[in-house]
Amino acid sequence: MNVYAREPFDTIDTELTAKAPWRGFLPGTWTREIDVRSFIIANVTPFEGDAGFLAGITPRTADLWEKLKLQLKAERDKGGVLDVDVSTPSSITSHKAGYIAEDLEQIVGLQTDAPLKRAIMPFGGYRMVKNGLEAYGFKADTSLDKVFPKLRKTHNDAVFDVYTPEMLACRKSGIITGLPDAYGRGRIIGDYRRVALYGVNRLIEDKQAQQASFDLATIDENVLRAREETAEQIKALKELVKLGEIYGFDLTRPATNAREAVQWTYLAYLAAVKEANGAAMSLGRVSSFLDIFIQRDIEEGEINEAEAQELFDHFVMKLRIIRFLRTPEYDQLFSGDPTWVTESIGGMAIDGRPLVTKSSFRMLNTLNTLGPAPEPNLTVLWSEHLPKGFRDFCAETSIRTSSIQYENDDLMRPYWGDDYGIACCVSAMRIGKQMQFFGARANLAKTLLYAINGGRDEKSGAQVGPALAPVVGDYLDYEDVKTRFIPMMEWLARVYVNALNSIHYMHDKYMYERIEMALHDRDILRTMACGIAGLSVAADSLSAIKYAKVKIIRDERGLATDFEIEGDYPAFGNNDDRVDDIAVWLTETFMGCIRKHKTYRNAMPTQSILTITSNVVYGKKTGNTPDGRKAGQPFAPGANPMHGRDKNGAVASMASVAKLPYAHAQDGISYTFSIVPSALGSTSEDRVNNLDNLLSGYFLQGGHHINVNVFDRETLVDAMEHPELYPQLTIRVSGYAVNFIKLTREQQLDVISRTFHGASN
Amino acid sequence: MAHQTNLLDFRDAHGGAPGVHADGGHAQPARRPVAHGFVHSKEAGGAVDGPGIRYVLFVSGCPLRCLYCHNPDTWHMRKGKETSVGEIVAEMASYSNFLKRAKGGITITGGEPLTQVEFTAEIFHAAKAMGLHTALDTSGFLGKRVTDEMLEDIDLVLLDIKAFTEETYFEVTGAQLQPTLDFARRLSAKGKKIWLRYVLVPGLTDKLDEIEGLAAFAAELGVVERVDVLPFHKLGEFKWKECGRDYKLADTEPPSGELVEQVRSIFRSHGLKAG
Repeated sequence: MNVYAREPFDTIDTELTAKAPWRGFLPGTWTREIDVRSFIIANVTPFEGDAGFLAGITPRTADLWEKLKLQLKAERDKGGVLDVDVSTPSSITSHKAGYIAEDLEQIVGLQTDAPLKRAIMPFGGYRMVKNGLEAYGFKADTSLDKVFPKLRKTHNDAVFDVYTPEMLACRKSGIITGLPDAYGRGRIIGDYRRVALYGVNRLIEDKQAQQASFDLATIDENVLRAREETAEQIKALKELVKLGEIYGFDLTRPATNAREAVQWTYLAYLAAVKEANGAAMSLGRVSSFLDIFIQRDIEEGEINEAEAQELFDHFVMKLRIIRFLRTPEYDQLFSGDPTWVTESIGGMAIDGRPLVTKSSFRMLNTLNTLGPAPEPNLTVLWSEHLPKGFRDFCAETSIRTSSIQYENDDLMRPYWGDDYGIACCVSAMRIGKQMQFFGARANLAKTLLYAINGGRDEKSGAQVGPALAPVVGDYLDYEDVKTRFIPMMEWLARVYVNALNSIHYMHDKYMYERIEMALHDRDILRTMACGIAGLSVAADSLSAIKYAKVKIIRDERGLATDFEIEGDYPAFGNNDDRVDDIAVWLTETFMGCIRKHKTYRNAMPTQSILTITSNVVYGKKTGNTPDGRKAGQPFAPGANPMHGRDKNGAVASMASVAKLPYAHAQDGISYTFSIVPSALGSTSEDRVNNLDNLLSGYFLQGGHHINVNVFDRETLVDAMEHPELYPQLTIRVSGYAVNFIKLTREQQLDVISRTFHGASN
Repeated sequence: MAHQTNLLDFRDAHGGAPGVHADGGHAQPARRPVAHGFVHSKEAGGAVDGPGIRYVLFVSGCPLRCLYCHNPDTWHMRKGKETSVGEIVAEMASYSNFLKRAKGGITITGGEPLTQVEFTAEIFHAAKAMGLHTALDTSGFLGKRVTDEMLEDIDLVLLDIKAFTEETYFEVTGAQLQPTLDFARRLSAKGKKIWLRYVLVPGLTDKLDEIEGLAAFAAELGVVERVDVLPFHKLGEFKWKECGRDYKLADTEPPSGELVEQVRSIFRSHGLKAG
């Protein structure tokens, strides 16, 4: 929302004059205030046809991609990091222009002065930077030792100044893991489209008006914070103009054609990834926005289909090489060097028209022109009303590349409208109107063990949780365990939310995302995005306690460290209400615990059921569980049933996951699905139709998200043995895609051990 | 037990055709409720046994002894799990919306579903009441057991014609072909849709003139929507070993891609859609 409306610009009109940026566009609210959605709704051309119109790769693109592939290979050969600028802390304007091959690139701009050369971003935590450098064989610039943290405190230093002993103990035991206390929190999507539509000058003018609105009678802490943040946003916008100048563009004015629209949008995004190393640096929902400019250029005879595809290909190549310097521990948690450049494609407008355009196809078509890749994280916003031609193209591309994830637009639209995007994996947010405080996740399976052991950690023996009475007796009793589990969840939620409050307070203070927030409205919705891991382990454990007999085996410390299960129990993932109801209960109950606590900046509390690939690390940190899972064994990812326990077929597995209530997990519910090609049908037409049918069925049931992998287990086994033959093999894990060969061996084995829905016997 | 009268009794547990006759001496009984049947397994989410995404019920018991059978563990009815009609119907109901949206329905296969014809009929009847698409996967050998009333509850028959001469049919299955052809003609007369399935086994069912005859027959039926030529595979071999049986096709290789294509083109040349 803008602070005040104004008349349309004098200098820019919608008349059809040669260089007028808005020539031919239909006016609307967007011509009076910053409102990209209004622009899209007024000007989008929905496309109901099939993929037949698409062009292939141009020689220029092929040439450029070959050059980049060599660099990507060099990066892999060097163990993951090609080069680092060790002495220049990254900022929007820190580096001179860099190119892959300047004469070939239609869209330009790199994070540093050379492709795949990483920058350092010390404001999150300097130790993390140093460790990252050393781990990959680089030497830190000692002159920075004088700066950090003596002269300039970092986010990491600040958080550890305020962490309580309890928070530190939870962090150490792994009952809470992955907290963004040493790196950028990410999951903020700047509305990068604004730069293309309005030009930076207009955006600065708007921010100045906002600043004036904060000139109030009483200047208290809240107003001071708002004034300081707005001032920082304006500075960042001015730096964005300089970044444009470095590459020879005038970003002060709106884009006048398609190429500029892509370039302007990309430079705005580039400014964000030069300033912040957030865990997930998502792009938003740009394809159909850009389509309006492309459609105009095509109608004006300025470009043809091949050139339109080329713009997307060159844009996507840039997005594929976004890099941050991380530590190996970070990569162990979030494998495969991900950046979550998530682009949301498709969906429906509230007025009932599909927001699928030819450029929705072009964006997905980069998986054909350039081959499969984990980034950008292509996310289709699915609706049963999407045109069949588009759905078929999605299914076909999924089957060929396993690089697409799907999220239920029919479920999310009532919550978030028709101009939201997905941050990271499954977190929906209205673009430019909402951000989140990323909160990683709490380990529910371990919490259950704490409930059984009176707050003592089953691995270290330390008293981490409150010293409540442990279970006595030799057998676990369902009602008894539940009575102990609830207060343990209450305790964990309190520590967890307070830890997040500490982190985000300090993040705003020491590592504020200036340019991303400059591309937001004045008044935004903030969510406190908590999360849970180990849902299926916890649900199965409770089911085993309830429906089988679970005997406790205690060690010499008197801790329950192993369990013997007598009899069978229903496992999550078989469409069996007896256990599915337990999973629902866990989701609702933990969310209820979170909702009780005050959040920083009055953020709206939410949670996700998502583990990314940290299901492996969580498993390592958790002892034997009453469901029969052995200590150290990985959890199932996200909301997935445990590997191999979903025995009744794909639809049963989907039906269980679809029961989890989105209302109580508004930050998203991730489900990863793998199927062998022959199980989808014998002909390629059958396979496309049946994948479409499966998605329709799943989403109708209320499923939120699904990663679709279509390949044989043998392919993965072969790729483990011969990684050099599979440089682009991409697989979907919870919420994002990874290069399979970049996973650790442990993670590869985990992926291979998951349920593959096979051909019927 | 109420269902006992309509069950075949397989005493020759060590292989070979059981010598059952297709008409089994049964008159067509009026429908009466059967409470239970024997089920080998269930799969919610099959996509290869009929259109769309399907709930697939594998019932146990089969009168044929096909050399290439990939489910020999379903031959004996009593080795299945005794399951009530109510249980199946309740489970089907829980998937009903999903299956409809996924353009699918229910498929009963096996084994041979017609060995437990009343059990099968009741499930189909309940499925139709829910508005689900129904498919019967059968060899047709026991087709006479299907009453006209039951046929009304079946939308599609996946008809597995394993060979087109009595001689080859006997070699493959240990039984006669004629009942299957009779059933096919009956389906044709009733206008029931058929998806024809033909398993192509080198050295056994790869006689092109025989296939030519089958294709002509299928085209003449006028109700065959598609023909699936299924290349022989040995994925079920381990099950024969588990059942303690001698797998006679251990040395047979899957057909070449060219042969499969050639056979499909024979069906296509008769105006059939073959994949």
